[in-house]
Amino acid sequence: MSYELVGITVLWIFLYGYLIIASIDFGAGFFAYYARLTKKDHLMNQLISRYLSPVWEVTNVFFVFFFVGLVGFFPDMAYYFGQSLLIPGSIAIVLLAIRGSFYAFENYGSKDNHLYMFLYGATGLLIPASLSTALTISEGGYIKETAGGVQLLYGELFTSPYSWSVVFLAIVSVLYISAMFLTYYAHRAGDQPALELLRKYALFWSSPTIIASLTTFIALSQQNMDHFQRAMDLWWVFGISVGFFMVAVFLVYQGKHYGWAFMAVMVQFFVAFFGYGASHLPYLLHPYVTITSGVTNESMAIALIVAFIAGLLLLIPSLLLLMRLFLFDADYVKGKK
Amino acid sequence: MFGFETVELSRALTAMTLLFHAIFATLGVGIPVLISVAEFIGIKKKDPHYTLLARRWTRGYTITVAVGVVTGTAIGLQLSLIWPSFMQLAGNVIALPLFMETFAFFFEAIFLGIYLYTWDRFKKPVYHWLLSIPVVIGGTLSAFFITTVNSFMNTPQGFEMKDGRFTAVDPLAAMFNPATPTKVFHVISSSYLTAAAILAGIAAFMILIKKGSLYHKKALKLTVTMTFIFAILTAVAGDLSAKFLAENQPEKLAAGEWHFETEEGADLVVFGKLNENNEVENAIRIPNALSFLAHGDFNAEVEGLNETPEEEQPPLWIHYMFDLMVSIGIYTLGLSLLFLLFAKVKKWNEHHPLLLWGIVLGGPLTMLAIEFGWIYAEVGRQPWILRGFMTVAEGATTSPYVFWMFVLFAAVYLVLAIGCLLALRKIFKGKPAEVELEHRYSPTTAAEKEGDV
Repeated sequence: MSYELVGITVLWIFLYGYLIIASIDFGAGFFAYYARLTKKDHLMNQLISRYLSPVWEVTNVFFVFFFVGLVGFFPDMAYYFGQSLLIPGSIAIVLLAIRGSFYAFENYGSKDNHLYMFLYGATGLLIPASLSTALTISEGGYIKETAGGVQLLYGELFTSPYSWSVVFLAIVSVLYISAMFLTYYAHRAGDQPALELLRKYALFWSSPTIIASLTTFIALSQQNMDHFQRAMDLWWVFGISVGFFMVAVFLVYQGKHYGWAFMAVMVQFFVAFFGYGASHLPYLLHPYVTITSGVTNESMAIALIVAFIAGLLLLIPSLLLLMRLFLFDADYVKGKK
Repeated sequence: MFGFETVELSRALTAMTLLFHAIFATLGVGIPVLISVAEFIGIKKKDPHYTLLARRWTRGYTITVAVGVVTGTAIGLQLSLIWPSFMQLAGNVIALPLFMETFAFFFEAIFLGIYLYTWDRFKKPVYHWLLSIPVVIGGTLSAFFITTVNSFMNTPQGFEMKDGRFTAVDPLAAMFNPATPTKVFHVISSSYLTAAAILAGIAAFMILIKKGSLYHKKALKLTVTMTFIFAILTAVAGDLSAKFLAENQPEKLAAGEWHFETEEGADLVVFGKLNENNEVENAIRIPNALSFLAHGDFNAEVEGLNETPEEEQPPLWIHYMFDLMVSIGIYTLGLSLLFLLFAKVKKWNEHHPLLLWGIVLGGPLTMLAIEFGWIYAEVGRQPWILRGFMTVAEGATTSPYVFWMFVLFAAVYLVLAIGCLLALRKIFKGKPAEVELEHRYSPTTAAEKEGDV
């Protein structure tokens, strides 16, 4: 495997990791606020906060990791994305800043502030929407390069069916992934009322998720035919994803094996995400940057890969410890510690 | 050039983000060290006062860490958003330390989460203390890696320039460039110092206002002792940094010192003012001290600013930043020494209000010194973003929206600052340490605990 392929695979894995754990977090914020509006917050807020408190910082790092790694492996992306994404990027930073810090302020400072709950819920949906802009413009057709620099064509972006379907997909997937996870977590905690509520949310959000996936696929064929063709060549990958989707929904509907159900959700997104990524290549940013044209020099790529392996040797045991203490420790999950 | 109008705005936006982040980053690096030391003493001495100290500091620390994390994320993204051409070029060489910085950050984040939620989970308290070690290591390593990036921008090396692109890159040579040792040493020691001075300031304030108990007196003694140790380290680091500048970036030292003509036995100019002809007025001159500062020899030759082409000279107002930073450093060192001296001599009262107020003032002052020091270091390498290779004007974005982003972020930082202060107030207001001590370690349980260990 060439080092640029190793690089993009590493980055893609981290983006996938962010997709899963950030979705849980973002969706949890929305559900917490919605539950408050419908006066059901007493059912699940304890549960959510017990899961989120020790991990919220880690969530953020996955994201930082992705973009630092992207710029590191592919410095040309810094130029094109940096020039064109100043506004959407800044808005995403602001939302993340408000969300992250206010979570800490409220959680460690005081609790139960209505405005805060609203901000927390709203940013949870706006952040995936603003972050998905970066994926949207990578399909090409939304930026133009002139002598004066690179510009984002806002008109194109806001009128394109593809960009809207990506935003819609991002939001509903966040709610689906989050509800599926929290259902499992409530089950672990032996919290029956929360389980019932979250199970309903999970089943509710499953159909928009699969519909949005299909419409995004169709919209892609209008935006970038080549990419669509490459995706069609990988049709079986997306087929596997749909299969795991059905397994997950079936298990939750049956009301058993919630752990396996969430595993199926993770596989569903893993397969779809890698299928999308693989069909995106060789372009990172259509048509300006390909995986080979934008890659950093060889010595740096090797150094990054070495650093990455060394870092993983440090991180994996630490992450396992974190999960053992807070995710798989039955007493902690049940609130006894 | 189209991009030129936005350069000043880009600089202002970056400066604002960095200066705001520096406050929380400094605390983020320094406070875990003090927490770890306090918890360790608490375990060693079986003294619940110190354990509670560590606990309460940790609680406040989480709030500042949150702001540090989000502003750090902001600066990480802004690097590419505001300086895309710079990142496209330099990304080839500085990617390694940036990448490793996120590893260190990751490591710290994981263990901070664990540390926070396992206070009473282990039978042996020393297990919990062990969890503080990775937090300290992670924080300090972040500072190390990110400082190597900044050092690289000051003394770039580890590549060859060919047709506007870097080739033959050696990532390790770039990381361990000439500026790295002194910069890293100075950044880390001054972060530890600032955290200690601020916590000392809080302890002193509590004693002054609330007629603080034994708990606060122990806190004061511990933090002032640490302040003293770190102030000495910082002074050594500062001296080495000056010698480094004289050798590698003479224009920065010369501008900071208003030293125009190359001469032997150069005087150190302290404060004062420049008239229209660039002549120094009303300054205190310490004969031959600059030569000593720069080369460790009172008669050594020091290069003057006139040797640097005019368009490559940094602005002269950085002189004040240098002087203020050094003055505050000396103040902190002197005051902590005075306190320790008073504490040593039985007849003298180390809790004299004047001394305590001096310590209270020392907290915010050292934080200001951090800011002054960074302004000196950063403005002192103007007009370069990559000294000798790329000017700031060439690195900036061409986007016309930087002004609006400046307004947006100014508002965000204001909200974060207010939120942070309110959250800290809520945590500590009406919850004095004495009550918590009673509640958590009532005399009987404290005695039992001592029996256990």
